[in-house]
Amino acid sequence: MSPLLDVRNLRVAFATDGGPVTAVHDVSFTVQPGEVLAIVGESGSGKSVSLLSVLGLVDRRRTVVEGQATFRGEPILNLSERVLRRIRGREIALISQDPMTALTPVHRIGDQIAEQIRAHERVSRQAARDRAVSLLRDVNIPMPERAVDRYPHELSGGMRQRAVIAMALSCNPALLVADEPTTALDTTVQAQVLDMLRRLSAQHDSSVVLITHDMGVVAEMATRVAVMYAGRIVETGTVAELFDDPWHPYTWGLLDSIPPLTGARPRRLPSIAGMPPPPGRTEPGCPFAPRCRAAMPVCYLPPPEQVAGGHRALCVLDAPARAALRPPRVAA
Amino acid sequence: MLATIVARLGQMVFVMFGISVLVFLIFFATPGSDPAARIAGRNASPETVAQIREDFGFDRPLPVQYAVMMKRLFVTQDLTSFVNRGQKVIPEVLDAIPATLSLVSGAAVLWVLGSLTVGVAAAALRDTAVDRGLMILSLIGISAPVFWLGEVMNLLSQSRYHDTWLFSWVPGLGYVPLSDSVSGWFKALVIPWITLAVLYIGIYGRVLRANLIEAYSEDYIRTARAKGLSPTRIMLRHALRTSLLPFVTMFGLDFGALVGGAALLTEVVFGINGIGRLTFHALQNLDLPVILATVIYASFFVVAANALVDVLYAVIDPRVRA
Repeated sequence: MSPLLDVRNLRVAFATDGGPVTAVHDVSFTVQPGEVLAIVGESGSGKSVSLLSVLGLVDRRRTVVEGQATFRGEPILNLSERVLRRIRGREIALISQDPMTALTPVHRIGDQIAEQIRAHERVSRQAARDRAVSLLRDVNIPMPERAVDRYPHELSGGMRQRAVIAMALSCNPALLVADEPTTALDTTVQAQVLDMLRRLSAQHDSSVVLITHDMGVVAEMATRVAVMYAGRIVETGTVAELFDDPWHPYTWGLLDSIPPLTGARPRRLPSIAGMPPPPGRTEPGCPFAPRCRAAMPVCYLPPPEQVAGGHRALCVLDAPARAALRPPRVAA
Repeated sequence: MLATIVARLGQMVFVMFGISVLVFLIFFATPGSDPAARIAGRNASPETVAQIREDFGFDRPLPVQYAVMMKRLFVTQDLTSFVNRGQKVIPEVLDAIPATLSLVSGAAVLWVLGSLTVGVAAAALRDTAVDRGLMILSLIGISAPVFWLGEVMNLLSQSRYHDTWLFSWVPGLGYVPLSDSVSGWFKALVIPWITLAVLYIGIYGRVLRANLIEAYSEDYIRTARAKGLSPTRIMLRHALRTSLLPFVTMFGLDFGALVGGAALLTEVVFGINGIGRLTFHALQNLDLPVILATVIYASFFVVAANALVDVLYAVIDPRVRA
C-alpha cells in the first residue's frame, strides 16, 4: 500500500538575528492510510515545526524548508498558497494545541465551521449550517442546535476543543494533524477527547498524526511512534516494539518517567538529567550524548542507524550492548 | 445588547452631570477670585459687577449658584457675554456647531477609509516596498503640522494654481452651510477635510498595521489558514475584525476632542467659524460665559463619542457584550 503522506529528509531552518538556525534535521516518516502515527518529543524538539512546514503554515519569509514530501503521491512541499489552500482543510486538517486561542473570538462556532465547508464545497449557507450542527452532535457537544450560535468564549476549554475537532473533520479529511490536542485540557476531559478523536477518525477514515509529549497518550492512541529529539527522529517503530523493546536511551528515559501501575510506588520518578541542546547546534555527533547514561567517545561522531524491520533507531548501541545496559522488560 | 446600550447612555448622563459640576466649581468656586468680576471681564464698572453678583446669585449657597447657572445655560439659554456687550452665548455656540461638525465628520470619513486602506495594504504586503512606502508616507503625514499643510493647500488652491483647471472650482475661504447649497458646502470643505485627515490617516494607518501584524501571529489566524480560506477572507474576516478595537478607541477620543474644539488650527487656516475659533476668541478676551458654554459643549461631545465607542465595541466584539 502506498503511503498517504511520505516525508523524506525534511530540513527546516529559521532565519534569526544570529543567522539561520536549523530546527529540523533530516527527518523522514510516512503515514499509511488509516493509521495513527504519534510523534513524541519534548517542547522544542521540532515535532510541530515538521508538520506545520509540510502544510506550509510556517512563516515563509523566515523559514527555509528542504527535502521531499508527497501527499497521495503528489509533491506537497513548497507549493504555492493557492494550491495548498485546496489541500488544507479539505484533505489535511489541523487541530491545534490550545483551544482557547485556536478559534477566532469574534465569530460564532457554527459560522467558523460553515466557513470551512463553504470554502471547499459548493453548498448553501443552510446546508453548511446543518452540517455544522450534526458535526457538533458527533463530537458530543450538548444541544448542538444552540451551540452553533455560541461564541468561543461562551464554551469551556473541553467544549472548544470538541468544536475545533468538529471543524477539522468537517470536510472529511484524509489526514488529521493533531498538535498536542489534549495538552491544554483537564485530565478527565483529556480521556474523553482522545476517545472521541479515535472513534471519529476511524469513522471518517482519516489517518492521524498525533503530536504529543505524553507517552500515556501514545500508548492509548497510536499504531506507530516516532520519537524526536533536538530536531531528529531518534527512534521509530510500532507501539509494541517501542514500549516492549525501546532501543534509544532517550526513549528509555521517556518510558521510565511514566509512573508504574503495578508494584511498589517509587519515591521519585526517574528524570533525564540535563537540558536539550540549544537550537542551532552544529556538532555532528548524537545530540543526546551529553545527557545519555550510556554515552561513550564514539557518540561524538554521527550515530549509525540500527534497523530491524520497521524498527529503527539512531544510536550506536546494538542489540547485545542494549541488553547489557537495559534488559528487555518481561511481558506481564 | 439593547440593555448594554441603555445602561451606557444612562452612565453618559451621569458623567455629564459630574463634568458640569466640576466645570462649575473650577470657574466659580475657586478660592480667592470673585466670579462676578471675572464674568464682567476686564475694566468693568463696579455697578456691572454688583448687577452680575445679583443675577447669578453669587451671594447665595453654591448649589443654588449651580442651579442658576445650569438654568441659564440649558433652560432659558439667556447667558450673555459681557465682553461682547449683551451677545447671547448659546445661539453663538449653536451657530458654530454645524461648521465644526461638518468639518470633523467629513475628515473622519476620509481618515477612517484612508487609514483602513493604508493599514490593511501595508499589513498584507508586509516587508515589501509598498509597505515601507506607505509607512514613510504615513510618517510624513503625521509630522506635517496642520497649519502649515493648510496654508500650503491655500497657497496652491487659492492663489498659485487657482486659475488652472486643477483648482478653479475651489471657492473662497469660509464655511457654506449645507442648507444653503450642498455642492457649495462640499466644495468649501473638501480641502479642509483632506488637510485635517492627513495626520489621522498616518497615525491610524500605522496603528492598524501594527495591530494586524500582531493578530497574524495569533493561533486563530493559523487555524484560518489551515482551514484553506483565501488570504482576503483571512485578512478581512479574521484579522481585521479583531484588530479594530484600538482603532475604535482612538477614533472616539479624537473625534470627540476635534468636535469639541481641537480642530481650531484647521478652522483658523480655512476661515471656518466653528467651535474651536469661538473658544479661542473667548479665551483671548477672557469671555467667561462663552468659555463655560463651549467647555460644557465640548465635554458633551467627548462623552457622547466615547459612549458611541462602547456601543461599537459591543458590536465588534461579542466578549464585551454583557
